Amino acid sequence: MTNPVLAAGAVERHLRARRDTGRGLLMPYVTGGITPGWTDYLRAFAAAGADVIEVGLPFSDPTLDGVTIQQASDTALARGASTRRILADLSGLPDLGVPLVVSTYYNLVLHDGPEAFCAALRRAGVGGLIVPDLPVHEAGELTDVAAAAGIEVALLASPATPQPRLAEIACRSRGFVYAVSLMGTTGERADLAASAAELTERLRHVTDRPVLLGFGISTPAQAREARRHADGVVVGAAVMRRVLDGAGPDDLRAFLVTLRQALDQECDRPR
Amino acid sequence: MPDVSPWREPVPPDGTMGEPRARGRFGEYGGRYAPESLVEACREVDEAFREAWADPGFRGALARLLAVHAGRPTPLTPARRLSEALGVQLYLKREDLTHTGSHKINNVLGQALLAIRMGRRRLIAETGAGQHGVATATAAALLGLEATVFMGERDIERQALNVFRMRMLGAEVVPVSTGSRTLKDATSEAMRHWVGATGDSHYCVGSVVGPDPYPWMVREFQRVIGDEARAQCAAELRTGVPDHVVACVGGGSNAAGTFAGFADTPARLVGVEAEGGAGAARGRLGVLHGCRSLFLQDDDGQIAQPHSIAAGLDYPGVGPEHAHLRDLGRARYVTVTDDEAVGAAVRLARTEGIVPALESAHALAWVISAAGGGDLPAGSTVLMTLSGRGDKDVSTLKELL
Repeated sequence: MTNPVLAAGAVERHLRARRDTGRGLLMPYVTGGITPGWTDYLRAFAAAGADVIEVGLPFSDPTLDGVTIQQASDTALARGASTRRILADLSGLPDLGVPLVVSTYYNLVLHDGPEAFCAALRRAGVGGLIVPDLPVHEAGELTDVAAAAGIEVALLASPATPQPRLAEIACRSRGFVYAVSLMGTTGERADLAASAAELTERLRHVTDRPVLLGFGISTPAQAREARRHADGVVVGAAVMRRVLDGAGPDDLRAFLVTLRQALDQECDRPR
Repeated sequence: MPDVSPWREPVPPDGTMGEPRARGRFGEYGGRYAPESLVEACREVDEAFREAWADPGFRGALARLLAVHAGRPTPLTPARRLSEALGVQLYLKREDLTHTGSHKINNVLGQALLAIRMGRRRLIAETGAGQHGVATATAAALLGLEATVFMGERDIERQALNVFRMRMLGAEVVPVSTGSRTLKDATSEAMRHWVGATGDSHYCVGSVVGPDPYPWMVREFQRVIGDEARAQCAAELRTGVPDHVVACVGGGSNAAGTFAGFADTPARLVGVEAEGGAGAARGRLGVLHGCRSLFLQDDDGQIAQPHSIAAGLDYPGVGPEHAHLRDLGRARYVTVTDDEAVGAAVRLARTEGIVPALESAHALAWVISAAGGGDLPAGSTVLMTLSGRGDKDVSTLKELL
C-alpha cells in the first residue's frame, strides 16, 4: 500500500500538517452568492484562523439542510446565484492561504457532468468537494474523474453507518472525513450530540485521515467539546444565521475568533 | 421541444418491469442517492421488503386487508356512452372505488404491514393532493400506528377536505412553507424528518420515487391494479389484451402498477403527465429525493417549480422506472393541459356518471384528444386506470365551472 501521506492531495496534506502541530482544525461554511460582496466573508474566515473554508453552491432542494441553510440557499438563489457565477467570483480571489472546498447536492454536479464540474472547480482554485446526497456506494462515477482533475472528494460518515462501511468511507474519502455528529439535518443545537463521540471513536479505529465533525456545532463550548473527539469542526448554520441576520465580515471574523480560541485551548484528548 | 416521447417500433412484448438490476437500477436510473444517515435505513427497508414479499404469510395478510378493508378487487367498467362518442372501446379500472378513494391505499397497506414487521410504530409520509396522506392516516388508524404527514401550504389550501380527513383519522399534518409549497417540498421535508427518526419510524413514500428500494417496492404494491386489470381484460375483452393501456403520471405509481400487469403483452403503454409537471416527457437527467431520474430543471440545474391544477401531478420529476421505460420506447409519455383535464372530468361526469380526480382526468383527456387519430386509431380497445375520485377537487372545479 502506498504511503497515505505522500498519496494525499493538497487539501489533505495541508490539514494533516496543521493537525500534526496539535492545532484543532476549523472549517467555516458560507453559502456562495449570499450577499453582493460575499467573498469578503472568505477573507474574514481566513483572517480569523480558518484552516479550510467550505463554500456552498446553493441548490433549490437541499434535503439534508435545516431551516438556516435552506433560507440561505433560497436567498442566494433569489439573488441570482449559480454554480457558474460563484466559481467566477472565486476565480477572481487572491490566494487566501487556506484551501477552498465546495459543497453541493449531486444534481448540480450531474448538470454538466462530473468531469466538466470538477474541471470548473479546479479552474476556480477549489481543492475539495463535499456532496451530502452522494453516498460511498454511488460515488465511483464522481471520485475517479475528481481525482484526475485534482479535486479531493470528502465523504460523509454518519452515526448510523455500520463499521465495515465506515472503513470503506474512510478509505475512499479524500482531504478529510466529514463526520456527521448526529442523526438529523444541519442546524444549530443546544448540545453536542452524544453520537459524535461514538462515531469519531469508531472512525479512529479505521483511519488516520483528518476527521472534521459537523452538524450542530455552533458555540465555542461545543467546538472545545468536539475537539476532544475529532481533529476539527465544521461550522455552518451558526455562521449563516448571523449572515442572514445582517452580520458583516468583521462580525463573522469576531465570532470565528472565539471558536478559534476555543479550539486552541489545551484539552485532554482521548486519542 | 416535442411534448411526447417516441414509440420504438414495433413495441416489443418484453420482460421489463421485473426486479431492478444491481444497486436498484432501471437502466441508468434509480439508485440510492440518500444522505449517509439514511443509507442504513434504506437497506433495512430493502431487506425487510425482500423477505416479506417472498413470505406467503405477508402476501396473504396484505391480500386480505386489500379485500376486506380497501374493497378490492375494483371493477373494470366499460365507458359505454363515451366509447360510442369517441369511436374506441374504453374500459376504466376503477381505483376511485377503493376505500379512501384512490389507488394510494394499495401501497400504504403494504408499507404499513411492512413497518409493523420491522417493529416501527410510526409512519412518515409526504402528500400532494392529500390522497396518499389520507391513505397513510387510514392505514395507521387501522393498524394502530401513528402517522405524521408533510404537506405543502399551497396544497393545504386547495385540498382542505383531505387535510380535515387526515386530522380526523388521527394523523398529524405538518405544513411545509418552503419552495413552491407543494409536493416536492413536502417530500424534502419528510426526508429531513426521517433522518432524525429512523429508529422508530418508517418513511412511507407515496409514489415510485425515492431511494432504492422504494421505486421497486411501491410498484410491486401497486401491481395489484395491473394484475387485476389483466385478468379482467382477459375475461371481458374479445382480444383479451387491450390495444392501449393509459394512466396518469405524477411520480407515476398508478401507472407503474397498471403497466406492470401488461409489460409482457403487446399493449401500448401511455403515461399522461401534466403540461406543467412533465418529468418524463421533458425532464433532464438529475438526482432528487434519493434517485437518479428525469427532472424539470432550469439552465443552472435548479429544480423547476412545477404547476398543475392536479396537486398529485405537481411533481417536477418522474419515477426512475418510467424514465427507463421511456428510453426503451416500451412506454410513451404525453402531456395534457389543465383545461383539457378539466374538460375531460366534466365529460366523464356527464357521460358515465363518474366524477374523476383531476389527476385521473389527465389520462382521460389524452384518450379524448387522441381517439380516432394515428396514436389511438378508431376501434382500438383502451384500458385506462381511473386512479381516484374527484370529491377532493370539487372546490377547485367549483371556481372554474
